[in-house]
Amino acid sequence: MSGGLYSMQSKEFDKTLDLEKVKPYGDTMNDGKVQLSFTLPVPMGDEAIEAAKQLIRQMGFENPQVVYYKELTPGFTFFNCYGSTIHTVNFSNIYVPKVESGKMDMHETDDYIREQIGRPLVIVGASTGTDAHTVGIDAIMNMKGYAGHYGLERYEMIDAYNLGSQVPNEEFIAKAIELGADALLVSQTVTQKDVHIKNLVELVELMEAEGLRDKLILVCGGPRLSHELAKELGYDAGFGMNSYADDVASYISQEFVRRLSVKKNKI
Amino acid sequence: MQSKLGLDFKRVEHARDLSGKIAAEVQKFVDNYTTVAVERTLCRLMGIDGVDSNEVPLPNIVVDELKEKGVLNQGALYFLGNAMAATGLTPQQVAEGISDGTIDITRVAAQDREKIDSVLAPVIEESINRIRKRRMRREEYLNTIGEGPKPYLYVIVATGNIYEDVVQAEAAARQGADIIAVIRTTGQSLLDYVPFGATTEGFGGTFATQENFRIMRSALDKVGEEVGRYIRLCNYCSGLCMPEIAVMGAFEGLDVMLNDALYGILFRDINMQRTLVDQFFSRAINSFAGVIINTGEDNYLTTADAYEEAHTVLASDFINEQLALLAGLPPAQMGLGHAFEMDPELENGFLYELAQAQMTREIFPDAPLKYMPPTKFMTGNIFRGHIQDALFNIVGIWTNQGIQLLGMPTEAIHTPFMADRYLSIENAKYIFSTMKGLGNEVEFKEGGIIKSRAKEVLENSILLLEKIENEGLFLALEKGLFGDVKRARTGGKGLSGVVGKGDNYVNPFIKIMLGGK
Repeated sequence: MSGGLYSMQSKEFDKTLDLEKVKPYGDTMNDGKVQLSFTLPVPMGDEAIEAAKQLIRQMGFENPQVVYYKELTPGFTFFNCYGSTIHTVNFSNIYVPKVESGKMDMHETDDYIREQIGRPLVIVGASTGTDAHTVGIDAIMNMKGYAGHYGLERYEMIDAYNLGSQVPNEEFIAKAIELGADALLVSQTVTQKDVHIKNLVELVELMEAEGLRDKLILVCGGPRLSHELAKELGYDAGFGMNSYADDVASYISQEFVRRLSVKKNKI
Repeated sequence: MQSKLGLDFKRVEHARDLSGKIAAEVQKFVDNYTTVAVERTLCRLMGIDGVDSNEVPLPNIVVDELKEKGVLNQGALYFLGNAMAATGLTPQQVAEGISDGTIDITRVAAQDREKIDSVLAPVIEESINRIRKRRMRREEYLNTIGEGPKPYLYVIVATGNIYEDVVQAEAAARQGADIIAVIRTTGQSLLDYVPFGATTEGFGGTFATQENFRIMRSALDKVGEEVGRYIRLCNYCSGLCMPEIAVMGAFEGLDVMLNDALYGILFRDINMQRTLVDQFFSRAINSFAGVIINTGEDNYLTTADAYEEAHTVLASDFINEQLALLAGLPPAQMGLGHAFEMDPELENGFLYELAQAQMTREIFPDAPLKYMPPTKFMTGNIFRGHIQDALFNIVGIWTNQGIQLLGMPTEAIHTPFMADRYLSIENAKYIFSTMKGLGNEVEFKEGGIIKSRAKEVLENSILLLEKIENEGLFLALEKGLFGDVKRARTGGKGLSGVVGKGDNYVNPFIKIMLGGK
């Protein structure tokens, strides 16, 4: 565990920030410091430590340090490690597709819907398929909301229906038709073995088969979802971590208005 | 007992009286009904097991046959006993006969009641002895190799593959875990049958099957002998197969079962009539098998606010306690649930958590309380998460909780890695050791935040219980008094599997199981 933590040796790297060659920052520009922890299915010992270091090197790190290790059970050793990555990333040409709508708070969204649409939007949400978690859909829809962001149920100009968890996709669609939904929210929490992907795709396929896909705004959300993945799966938008009801409501209302204007233009 | 919180135990007694009345009302309903799950359980108790060529469990074949013929109200035991008396076949042979179409169980000539009872008696006896033996085996282990101190360290395994689960469970036991819970695959609670055999595919968990129970129990026996500590096995008697899972657990030596009276209704949208009937028989079995039940009040706080709705947790604990007593469960087998779920941003949130945990401890002094870790406010910041779990562990040892469900720093990210479990167990062991005697040293300030909070929660829960007692539990559930969730009496899944008991209906197991050991 020697080798660098308090080393007085001068570091050779260039300390100027270059956005075309960005590296992780520990305590000095371009030091490339990364912390890692993992378990190897091998018994503890010098060979295990060496194996961990070699693995870290192969991952593209210099100066690999194993700072802690512990055999979890015979044949499995856990490591905490540090290394300096040799890789860089060009930050200046990064492009991430994003939900492109201005963010409004609850009152602004209510006013916006009142003025631009003139009737409440009907939004139906559920945690679909076998997913039993309601945490996500509740955070967005329940009156109380989450972390100080009121949920959709509190919006005057949104009729929000939270169908809860383990709603089969067929039932979800039937309910959406019955309620005259303008937008659907699908929450997916469980992602083991990509069960969420299968489920999300199934919903899109069912909606296409019913000829409904273009008539509704289709949005998904969950801790492991991103807008990019959502678009790829055929959704209009996706919301990941740190998204709240205001993000969802702003997007849906603005997207609804955008579609109205497209229709008008066509006429 | 001297209350550290200055609780008025006359008020606690009042809450118990109210809950007793609520439970008695429910029981009046329960006594008159049976369900497909209860009848399948009776088939299993008669030794019927296995699946047909389409993987349909034989207990389902028997019960579906009775249901289709419209005679389920007379009960599976009556028809099985009648067929056994008429043909001399075993219950398993009768079931196989129904499956391959050689026996129409509803058209066998009616036998004397006495003759039916006499062919059933030895099978019932054998089944009861099978469960009794399993219970004695646990007690033998506890008397010889012993167990870990309370709070028991409870961790989950959830790989989806029972053989991989075994690897994870053994590692956890070696690190210090006392209870291994095999999380079920997502969606199993909504299956109206129990899958058969060892399974290696599941989502977010592993199928509960009798074979999987056996595989894990046998692995835990081995590792328990190795570490010199009995390792308990936990699964889930919830969903549409509550009593069936209970009997499989009783046969295979499970030690702890999630077995809430209301959870399925609120969080899986299972019909309330179905769940209330099922919970009674499943709890009777768990009681007889010496299984500790865990209740699921912690789940209310994942939908409702932990500060504002704390009294609903306590009220539900009171009701769960009274329903459990009716099913023969002694307090020592009641892992009543509560949770550390307050918003970390709430000032003095720790004090409120401490007050509520101490309050729950004092109100249910003999119950091995099941204390749930933070989940709702776990964010993916594993470093803060580890601190939240540490605070939770401090309350656990300070207030002498019975079963500490260890939080994982990676909660909200993935089902636990082997290393996550190690970090969590290390966290708990460190805190449980370094703060062991804290609860005996510290008293609370008169008129301070902690004492006031405990009183407030108790009084609010009494108000709620008074309301429920007035309206009845069914109506309370319809109005959404728990966890902000509203359920209709005739809504939800599984109602078609509920029938009133007919004239020939018998379930002798209830009487034997409620009769104690």
